[in-house]
Amino acid sequence: MVMLAAYSEGAAHLTDGGLLAQWAWLIPVVPLVLMFGIVFFGKRLPMKGWELAEAAMLFVAVYGVALLVMNASDGISYEGSVEIARIGSFTLEWGWVVDGLSIMMYAVVGVVGLAVFTYAKGYMKGDVRYTWFFAAFTMFAGAMLVLVSAPNLIQLVVGWELVGLASYLLIAHYWEDHANVVAGNKAFLVNKIADVGLFIGVIIIGVTVGSFRFSDILEAIADGDSALQQVAFWGGLALFIGAMGKSAQFPFHVWLPDAMAGPTPVSSLMHAATMVTAGVYLVGRMFPLFQTDGFAVDVKAIMMVVGALTLFLTGLIALVQDDIKKVLAYSTLSQLGYMVTAMGAGAYTAGLFHLFTHAFFKGLLFLCAGSVIHAVHSNNMSDMGGLRKAMPWTYRTFLIGSLALAGIFPLAGFWSKDEILASISYDSGHGGGTIATVVLGVAIAGAFITAFYMARAVYLTFFGEYKGHAHPHESPKVMTYPLIGLGVLSAVAGFANIPGIFTGFTQWLAARPQVMGDHHAESIDFVLAGIGLAVALLGIAAGTRLWKRDAATQQARDTFRIPVLYPVLANKYYLDDLYAKAVVDPIKGPIARFTNWTNTYVIDGVVNAFGAVSVFLSRIVYQGVDQRGIDLAFNAAASATGEAGDAVRYTTSGRIQQYAGGLFVGAVLLVVGFLIFT
Amino acid sequence: MIVNQFLVLAALLFSIGIYGVLVRRNAVLVLLSIELMLTAVNINLVAFGQYLQDALVSGQVFALFVITVAAAEVGIGLAIVILIFRNRSSANVDELDLLKW
Repeated sequence: MVMLAAYSEGAAHLTDGGLLAQWAWLIPVVPLVLMFGIVFFGKRLPMKGWELAEAAMLFVAVYGVALLVMNASDGISYEGSVEIARIGSFTLEWGWVVDGLSIMMYAVVGVVGLAVFTYAKGYMKGDVRYTWFFAAFTMFAGAMLVLVSAPNLIQLVVGWELVGLASYLLIAHYWEDHANVVAGNKAFLVNKIADVGLFIGVIIIGVTVGSFRFSDILEAIADGDSALQQVAFWGGLALFIGAMGKSAQFPFHVWLPDAMAGPTPVSSLMHAATMVTAGVYLVGRMFPLFQTDGFAVDVKAIMMVVGALTLFLTGLIALVQDDIKKVLAYSTLSQLGYMVTAMGAGAYTAGLFHLFTHAFFKGLLFLCAGSVIHAVHSNNMSDMGGLRKAMPWTYRTFLIGSLALAGIFPLAGFWSKDEILASISYDSGHGGGTIATVVLGVAIAGAFITAFYMARAVYLTFFGEYKGHAHPHESPKVMTYPLIGLGVLSAVAGFANIPGIFTGFTQWLAARPQVMGDHHAESIDFVLAGIGLAVALLGIAAGTRLWKRDAATQQARDTFRIPVLYPVLANKYYLDDLYAKAVVDPIKGPIARFTNWTNTYVIDGVVNAFGAVSVFLSRIVYQGVDQRGIDLAFNAAASATGEAGDAVRYTTSGRIQQYAGGLFVGAVLLVVGFLIFT
Repeated sequence: MIVNQFLVLAALLFSIGIYGVLVRRNAVLVLLSIELMLTAVNINLVAFGQYLQDALVSGQVFALFVITVAAAEVGIGLAIVILIFRNRSSANVDELDLLKW
């Protein structure tokens, strides 16, 4: 296998994309404007605001795909910006980047978003806050597009926080149930903690380079800026901690499974295109920082280890979950682990290619899960079973999604996962060292686990006997059509990048002015691909052996009780308990009490003192200055005017001839005055 | 040409007019007195116009304007007087003190 830093000379033949790129600022702006449209006019529209949300996603999808097609024929790299404010030498800019990386994200957000928004029309039908839901949902997509289109770190942070806000609103959408509010708070707070890392990284790098623009920072890296080299490790690490929060890497992953409290379309979009991809996107956007010698290359080892831990540990938890959405949530964590591991192995293309394919099949799997939940009115797989006859389309598409996720040839996941494995394998021989070799083993084991838990989910949901109480039925067409669309994409998306045969995706992503310096496979590594496929098939076989069974033993076998491992997995490695005891309780207990005491006695005392002084001063002002000074002057002026009026009113006698006399005398006086004074 | 005799005539007419306006009680006579004053002004205009040998004869033309406006003014004035007479059966200016304080 030959690995090359190919297309590094790609910068030479990039176009500026013409009008399509210059008007790309519309991509984040249209959803955000339409969001306000939904907020203010949504309830009066015939479809309660859904049509505006759908129009926004349709616009983004069409625009994104048009850019993708244009980028595929000849690479686009364009950057536009508008100055918003100037503080000293620092310029605050709003801008939009149109290059290979952001175009790929526009297309993914648009296409997956379009499918999810269409589906949500059916899924959310009859919801009490239907219009509000679509307003927040549109904001969610718009915020992600703000993040993706950012040409500088400041705008990225704005998008980053807007995504966090929108996800908070959507996770806690069913706020009547307190648990959902808690889940929303958890997602928000865990993200906030990791965001501190992001802010530190942004400040370190931005201040050192003297500019927050990606192009300036990446140029400084290309020039070997020595000041940046000194802080690159800490800056890169801090940025990566921010990315770990949004992309839910171990140990910040705890918010993501709880985020399942939101409506299923939210989970689908959150896991596929918006939110969790943001961290991987950030690493991809800043990739040369981690890849160039002398800068934050050491962070890559941390990335690889964190990714490997995440992909393995969370994959195991997925095995013991009963809630179908939680299985998928842990699966997302595991796949995000793959992406981060790939980034850590220096494989920019492989990591983002997995993001690309994962967006389609994970979006699909969540929508299928939503369709099932819609039918059986329960999230638990113990209430499902045997649904393949009642819900044929959901079953077929779920199967495609599962096989794609498990990495079965020739579906999308096979190609991207194989490329990740190939990259880690390459890295183990080129600087990654022992860590990369171990991580390669973990990643292959992860492929087995992935196939294993997806087999379990498929069998428990669609095979065996139905155990629930509702009457399952296939979902309406507005929900099944998006499933079919995403199913087709899950099947074929992998063909966008076949090493040695068709390297379209590699070239799309390489359309950036800077050299990424990543490596990717020049041809298929048949041995590694064979191992990956064999391991996945083994996982499916093991899953079939364990869970494809007759109705009687179905329940008994699912418990899967390995003495020590099961309780550890069921309790999610006790991480939530650890956080609750070590972080939440101290804050809720002594710190909160102390803060409350300080608030009541110190801060309130100061505020009350200010209040008392103000009251005293106002009394003086009122009685002394206002009543005796100002009012007196006004009263005097008023009564003087009144008396003057009384005095002169008698001149209005009503005698016309008196007036005429006055007129004549006046005229004479004017003439005399004129004669005297000229 | 000497304008003095015209000016004296105009001054006399104007003074008579002023006297009439200020002293007469009957509203019709007050209106007539106003006409006298306007006539005095017209005489001045025509006299100066002739005296200055103006090519555009603006003095004479202006006098024509004054006569026109005066006609309109008398028309309205007499209409008012008739209405007042109908309402109060008197056209005595002394008694028209509705506008006093």
